[in-house]
Amino acid sequence: MRIEFSGIAKRFGDHQALKETTLALPDVHAMAIIGPSGGGKTTLLRLIAGLEIPDRGELFIDGERLESGQAALLRHRRSIGTVFQSFNLFPHLSALENIVLPLEKVHGYGRPAARDHAMALLERFQLAPHAGKRPAELSGGQQQRVAIVRAIAIRPRFLLLDEPTSALDPEMTAEVLDVIGELRTEGRDLIMVTHHMGFARSVADHCLFVGDGAILEEGPAEEFFAAPRSEQLRSFLAKILKY
Amino acid sequence: MSTSESPQSHIDVGDGAAIPTKSDVGLFTAWRIAFVGSIACCIFLAVYKPDPYLAIFKFVPDGILVTFKVTVGAILLAIVLGLFTGLGRISTNRLVNGIASLYVEVIRGIPLLVQIFYIYYALGRFVRIPDLFSAIIAMAVCYGAYMGEVFRAGIQSIPKGQMEAALSLGMSRRQAMRHVILPQSIKVVLPPIGNEFIALLKDSSLVSILAVSDLLRRCREFASESFTYFETYTVIALIYLVITLFFSKLIGIMEERLNAGK
Ligand SMILES: Nc1ncnc2c1ncn2[C@@H]1O[C@H](COP(=O)(O)OP(=O)(O)OP(=O)(O)O)[C@@H](O)[C@H]1O
Ligand SMILES: [Mg+2]
Repeated sequence: MRIEFSGIAKRFGDHQALKETTLALPDVHAMAIIGPSGGGKTTLLRLIAGLEIPDRGELFIDGERLESGQAALLRHRRSIGTVFQSFNLFPHLSALENIVLPLEKVHGYGRPAARDHAMALLERFQLAPHAGKRPAELSGGQQQRVAIVRAIAIRPRFLLLDEPTSALDPEMTAEVLDVIGELRTEGRDLIMVTHHMGFARSVADHCLFVGDGAILEEGPAEEFFAAPRSEQLRSFLAKILKY
Repeated sequence: MSTSESPQSHIDVGDGAAIPTKSDVGLFTAWRIAFVGSIACCIFLAVYKPDPYLAIFKFVPDGILVTFKVTVGAILLAIVLGLFTGLGRISTNRLVNGIASLYVEVIRGIPLLVQIFYIYYALGRFVRIPDLFSAIIAMAVCYGAYMGEVFRAGIQSIPKGQMEAALSLGMSRRQAMRHVILPQSIKVVLPPIGNEFIALLKDSSLVSILAVSDLLRRCREFASESFTYFETYTVIALIYLVITLFFSKLIGIMEERLNAGK
């Protein structure tokens, strides 16, 4: 995918969450975004997701300018899969219905086709036995895997993941990262905010270091981790790799 | 940040609980004493002092039916009105939001009895509709405002992540509201709606000041013919008590079922 930020900025109240940012990434397939808490990672991801509208500047994805009209935003969101830190499955629906609902209501599937498609995906990710369960009856790892399936079921151009494992314990983290790695192997494009440096290093082809509302450093994954240029990134990596 | 995004299980809207909680257990709960006691009183009075009590009991069923009609009709209409008011109150559309908020503020600032008179006579100026319907509309307009606050609180109790997730999957706000937010709010708004139902059941006695022969008016008619004021009002109080206690228990049970089926 091709991503271009041209002077985008976002402010919440009197807090500048993202300072004027310009960046062109002509050919990324897996991008990791890392950085300290409150630095603006989520804000950046939400802007790409079309869940937030920039105050200024323009955003181009695959050469297409992201318009801020409701209809355009709707179209944009329909073409992108988003996975949240807190899963955000719909608690009143079973795992299967969570996936079926958007397919049926938004993406023009008939009910049987939606169910078949959802069921096939659940099977592929070893979630078929849980199809009929409500989110509350699933472990955190299972919930997040269902959420990932729900996001890819709508056949998005690419996937956005915001710290998808932060709410999980280590064992479940592994099962979710495995799924994401698998998706990447299949050739699915993704952008992911993560604190797992090892995973970022092995999966991503491009990395962004975001802090204090700005992209402080960016570059191909190998260089980024092996030879960080900025002092901030060096000390951030040192801190995070310490434990 | 919390990981389990289950909706808040309880919201506090209204003037206080009219429904017994689960902590009211045991053989001699206040509810049982009141319910059994009031039924026993009715039977006792009817058997031992048939004159005038039996006559009163025979006279009132029509009134009970009217009271039910007013209550059920008004609550259904109030729910519809309340749903739209609640949606209006959280709308980002200035005009819609303004109308809904104004409605709630105005209604909350006027005594119910005055509203009933006002709406009844205001309606009467423009359209000819049966008194019963005027009474139902008057009650519904009033309770719709309170119900609007119940729905607003219910919708706002659903975690923000739910709307976000729905939008991220490509749903419009309207679709997200209909398929994701409202179905989850039902569990949250049902208890306060039950509460409003009980309150409305009691307040429906106010329509007796109009030409609607509800339970209270019917009894007043009887009393003024037979000059048995004390006896008649005793019966009215007992009947309201039995009905109210019955429904509050029923709603309490429904609520428990709902929570059990989480
Ligand atoms: N909707 C909002 N309203 C007000 N302030 C916000 C909002 N969203 C984000 N912010 C603020 O913007 C700043 C950047 O937030 P953001 O969520 O993008 O950081 P982050 O890098 O994702 O942090 P974390 O690692 O904690 O998730 C924070 O200071 C946050 O408080
Ligand atoms: Mg974040």
